[in-house]
Amino acid sequence: MNATAEKTPVLQIEGLTKYFGGLRAVNDFNLTLHEGDLAGLIGPNGAGKTTIFNQITGIYLPTKGTINFYGTNLVGFEPHEITRTGIGRTFQNIRLFSDLTVLDNLRIAFHAQCGYGLFDGVMSTPKFQKRENEIVENAQELLEIMKLTRVQNEIAKNLPYGEQRRVEIARALACGPRLLLLDEPAAGMNPREISQLMELIHFIRDKFKLTVLLIEHQMRLVMGICEHITVIDFGEIIARGTAREIQNNPKVIEAYLGKGA
Amino acid sequence: MDISVLLSLVKIILVIAYLFGLFWVMGVKVRPLTIKGKKVNISLLVNLLGTIAAFGIIQLTLTDFGGFQILNDFDSGLLYQACTMTMVALGLNLIYGFNGQFSLGQWGFYGIGAYAAADVTYRWLNSDASGLVVLGVGVILAGVIIWAIGKFTSNLRRMPVLSSFTLYLLGSLVAGYVAILAGRWISPLINPFLGTNLAPGPLAQGIWLQVVFFLAVIFAGIFAAEVSFLFGLPVLSLGSDYFGIATLGFTIVIYTLMVNSDTILPFPEMRGGRGMIGIPKLTNWFWAFLFMILVIIIMRNIMRSSHGRSIVSVREDETAARSMGIDVAGTKLMSFVIGSLFAGLAGGVYAHYIGFLSPGAFDFLIGFNPMIIVVFGGLGSMTGTVTASFGWIFFLEGLLRDALGKISPQAPSWRYVLYPLTLLLLMLIRPEGLLGKLEWGFLKLPVIPLRKVKNEGEQA
Repeated sequence: MNATAEKTPVLQIEGLTKYFGGLRAVNDFNLTLHEGDLAGLIGPNGAGKTTIFNQITGIYLPTKGTINFYGTNLVGFEPHEITRTGIGRTFQNIRLFSDLTVLDNLRIAFHAQCGYGLFDGVMSTPKFQKRENEIVENAQELLEIMKLTRVQNEIAKNLPYGEQRRVEIARALACGPRLLLLDEPAAGMNPREISQLMELIHFIRDKFKLTVLLIEHQMRLVMGICEHITVIDFGEIIARGTAREIQNNPKVIEAYLGKGA
Repeated sequence: MDISVLLSLVKIILVIAYLFGLFWVMGVKVRPLTIKGKKVNISLLVNLLGTIAAFGIIQLTLTDFGGFQILNDFDSGLLYQACTMTMVALGLNLIYGFNGQFSLGQWGFYGIGAYAAADVTYRWLNSDASGLVVLGVGVILAGVIIWAIGKFTSNLRRMPVLSSFTLYLLGSLVAGYVAILAGRWISPLINPFLGTNLAPGPLAQGIWLQVVFFLAVIFAGIFAAEVSFLFGLPVLSLGSDYFGIATLGFTIVIYTLMVNSDTILPFPEMRGGRGMIGIPKLTNWFWAFLFMILVIIIMRNIMRSSHGRSIVSVREDETAARSMGIDVAGTKLMSFVIGSLFAGLAGGVYAHYIGFLSPGAFDFLIGFNPMIIVVFGGLGSMTGTVTASFGWIFFLEGLLRDALGKISPQAPSWRYVLYPLTLLLLMLIRPEGLLGKLEWGFLKLPVIPLRKVKNEGEQA
């Protein structure tokens, strides 16, 4: 762990706590990510993983704690402001704009960077046309990287599940993130698709110089690509370390892997 | 079947065909001409000329050639009504169809636009310029102040909506006060040129009157937009259903203010519930067509820009839109304000067509008409909305009134039984509306061709 100390910390979460009424969903959660990290967050259903994601992205306001992203405390920011500081995310249950085309899904994510005002749009100024072409260009590039060129003009809800997942990742990348949060990217995928997804996550991390934090239930994916893993149960951290350390941790086996062991 | 009934039916078909032709010619792409070795793109020119030609065709049919006139005053009235209805319904489609906010307030903004514009020209013709001065200075100043407050508060995080609302409201009140002062100071300078109602002065006739009419409609539209901004700011933070109820309340408030405009508001010329009379009938086919085309072009250009896509994304999934960096509250407000702007413009045009404003015309029950049209034409289809607006007016006020009038003088009331039935039938056969989300010609969004990929065969 000390080897990463000289890298810049991207995300520093300290003492993050969330209550829903009397229910304590997350308690005193700490996490530090460094530039280029590929980290995993695992835990049984209802452990509070997605709640942590929703607090990082500003959908829930934390009850307590700080979330520092490149030195800025994000607590109190609106979700769209957080996205604009450079955090992209996908959702556990795919949330594409399902009645729109794949290209439009991506173009919407470019809105924050569109760089022209409503007036330019109404008057169809040269600036508008130039930026629109650039947006299409950038979106198509992302589609090509995600091997989605073929389905560019398809309605998103008509795509097979695996492709919808890829569109969602492409859409998150279109926001221009420095930190990518993936919420169960492999849910419902078959082993072959999972292998492809692992390659893909590695590839986009290197290509876009991202830091990746992912929630996953598919142990093969987590153990295969995550450099370090945090395990939570009932909102509390019960273990953290490399894949090997986690696999041998008795607490983890009891809480999570224990059912099969 | 009577010949005039048959003629009404033909008129509906012709007017719909006309609209489709109009959108075709507005959006048609022509191959570039080669003049002296240079390629010249003439598509835009063709579109412009085509639109003017489309305007001219109707203008010709409305012109009286010594007793020969294809469309009579009744038909031209239907056309103007259809144009205003198109503007109102397009605005509502932006709010409800594209942005997904169920709003019943559209009719209220229409009424605001109608009364505001009517008051300006009415006063202008009765040797009082204060209407134009106050409204003009007021809306421009309020716009600047709202913009400045928006700039100022944009870096304050999580500012409670009611606090920013209070700021905006105070700013607008200051603008209103300054406008009234300006009216007191400036209008005496203009008044001598206005003459009286019976002997209009140089500024109260001819081209100047047309300019005042144009300004009145534009200012009335902006006024409605600013009111919708102040109203929408706190109310749009409510969930969709509650927002619907709140906007219904707004329409009722506006109606009540109209009924009491001469007692609780200082506008004796509006004559409260008895209705405002003496509004100059300045709307002709030129103005109706111009404002309608303006609204259609603005709407279409917004929908094909990134802002339009963000409006649609809010309808599709608010949480996902937020996470994609889209300011959901701001986007809702933007579409609400633009939609109300269209309604306000429509109100101004309508007031100067009908020449008589009665609060009864802005009752919330009639306010359901644009909602019905939007649903009928297809939520999220501009083509559908325009076609449905024209079809609606020509069917309900033209064909049905005519056909039922043949049976007995009381029978036209039956059309309020027949059209709900038509609507029910359509909802059963085609729940997504007549056109669904389809667009035609000019209004169609361009489909971006696929990019060439080297190893296409590799795709999974």
